Amino acid sequence: MEETVQHFKKRSPKRKQERFGKTISLVATIFIVSIVFSILFFVASRGLRTFTEHGVSAIDFFAGTAWRPGEVSDAGEPLVGAFPMIAGSFLVTIFSALLATPFALGAAIFMTEISPKTGKKYLQPVIELLVGIPSVVYGFIGLTVIVPFIRQIFGGTGFGVLAATLVLFVMILPTTTSMAVDTLNAVPRYYREASFAMGATRWQTIYKVVLRAASPGLLTAVIFGMARAFGEALAVQMVIGNAALVPDSLTTPASTLTSILTMNMGNTVLGTLENDVLWSLATILLFMSLFFNILTRWIGKKGAMK
Amino acid sequence: MTPKKADKIAVNVLYGLSGIIVLILASLLTYILVRGVPQFSIEFFTQPAKTFEVGGGIIIQLYNSFYLLLLTLLISTPVAMGAAIYLSVYAPQNSFTTFVRTAIEVLSSLPSIVVGLFGFLMFVVQFKLGFSILSGALALMIFNLPLLTRTIEDSLTAIPSSQREGGLALGLSKWETVTRIILPAAMPGIITGVILSAGRIFGEAAALIYTAGQSAPALDFTNWNPMSITSPLNIMRPAETLAVHIWKINSEGLMPDGPDVSAGASAVLILAVLSFNLLARYLGKKIQKKITSA
Repeated sequence: MEETVQHFKKRSPKRKQERFGKTISLVATIFIVSIVFSILFFVASRGLRTFTEHGVSAIDFFAGTAWRPGEVSDAGEPLVGAFPMIAGSFLVTIFSALLATPFALGAAIFMTEISPKTGKKYLQPVIELLVGIPSVVYGFIGLTVIVPFIRQIFGGTGFGVLAATLVLFVMILPTTTSMAVDTLNAVPRYYREASFAMGATRWQTIYKVVLRAASPGLLTAVIFGMARAFGEALAVQMVIGNAALVPDSLTTPASTLTSILTMNMGNTVLGTLENDVLWSLATILLFMSLFFNILTRWIGKKGAMK
Repeated sequence: MTPKKADKIAVNVLYGLSGIIVLILASLLTYILVRGVPQFSIEFFTQPAKTFEVGGGIIIQLYNSFYLLLLTLLISTPVAMGAAIYLSVYAPQNSFTTFVRTAIEVLSSLPSIVVGLFGFLMFVVQFKLGFSILSGALALMIFNLPLLTRTIEDSLTAIPSSQREGGLALGLSKWETVTRIILPAAMPGIITGVILSAGRIFGEAAALIYTAGQSAPALDFTNWNPMSITSPLNIMRPAETLAVHIWKINSEGLMPDGPDVSAGASAVLILAVLSFNLLARYLGKKIQKKITSA
């Protein structure tokens, strides 16, 4: 009797194994979550030092247009205006999204509504291949094809917002297209059938029914593309010219947050103002990425297909 | 305009837009291959790079890329597998799980330059690993984890629940069901996912310039002592990869035949990524056949 009770009271080897499995898989999960938090914490705490340690005012940083870290103005204030880079980043992001969206939506509609067979056979692999091309290769092509082309047509050096926009356009095209395809495929078939049954043409069905039903998802696709454009570093750095000036034309050298980070992080000493302002730029990148994330979530919640 | 006419115009415009996309990709690929493949030669693949002279090769960078890829997959696959198992099997439907999923999504949307800078701060400076293959592999692990976790989780949940129920009905624990039944069945999907992530890792440069470094010290391929600085096995040496190499020659502009070398290296990168994609498809199909004996 006693023995039997003992037997049932003891944890079986199976139970132990189950516990072991659950624990290690949970540890792996918590490890990933803690990475996310350390990134947010360490980058942001470095970035905030510009304001706390070095006493730069937020207005000077976000609105200042003179970026010469290491030098001071006549009034003795450090010249760390990040506005040129912020403007550069937003300009290339918005322009490339404006350029890529019609193409991405067009291709997505073509693949789902007009000719699914050809779409699957030719466009799908093309999109997958475009995703796979490394960003430095895009940068290299930008440098050897797009920049000289712009130089010939518009004069100047060829480096600038226009070159960066064209490179980013090709880079975000596949991201936006494949997400748009998924959204369009999720529109229930009977929406289309109902519309056709009422005598609508194919285009009327697409424009008045399918696109309306899919609009939250399509918006998310565009924002994903923008997030990618905003965070792209090397391809942009190779073609934008990297002059920390507020761009006054599309074909003069400019810079983005990522391009200045890429260029200068290696030339500054940790803990100095010159270095900490770079971390502030990285913090802006980080928060913009969070912002894009929250935005897509919000749209997803608001416009969930019912 | 009649609706019929509008329909015709719209369809033609859509054909045009799609055609332009195909044209863009075709000209991209042709340009890289036509410009790059003629650079291929025995010397190009067997000589180290030369900074100030014509005729350097890419052997060290190419080796570094593969070595870094191998290490990254070795450390990121087990972690991603663990997290994917937790999320697909154990995770209860509560706010903690939602929170975990959100965190992973945030991680996957972070720009890779931010991941690289964090790697620099954490591994290179804080852990004092210096610019090294190890720092680079850890940064790439962070870069790779969210997507790989999602792919593995998707392949696990794609297995019909009758298999899961079958295992549980036989008195197996959840852990046994996952490791003995679900994982083997999901293997084709998992392997495809790992190889596809390999393509992404192979071409990544922004996360590496401040972690694995931008220099490629000479290697002695006969030296197998992992502690020696010239040994290819050493994980504490700085290691410029092929993708970083392309970026570096173009932004420095010191190498006299820089455009040629980067064209050749770009062609190598693209061919590598292409073959990763083809391999993933081929292996996925083959394993599927073997397992299901279809």
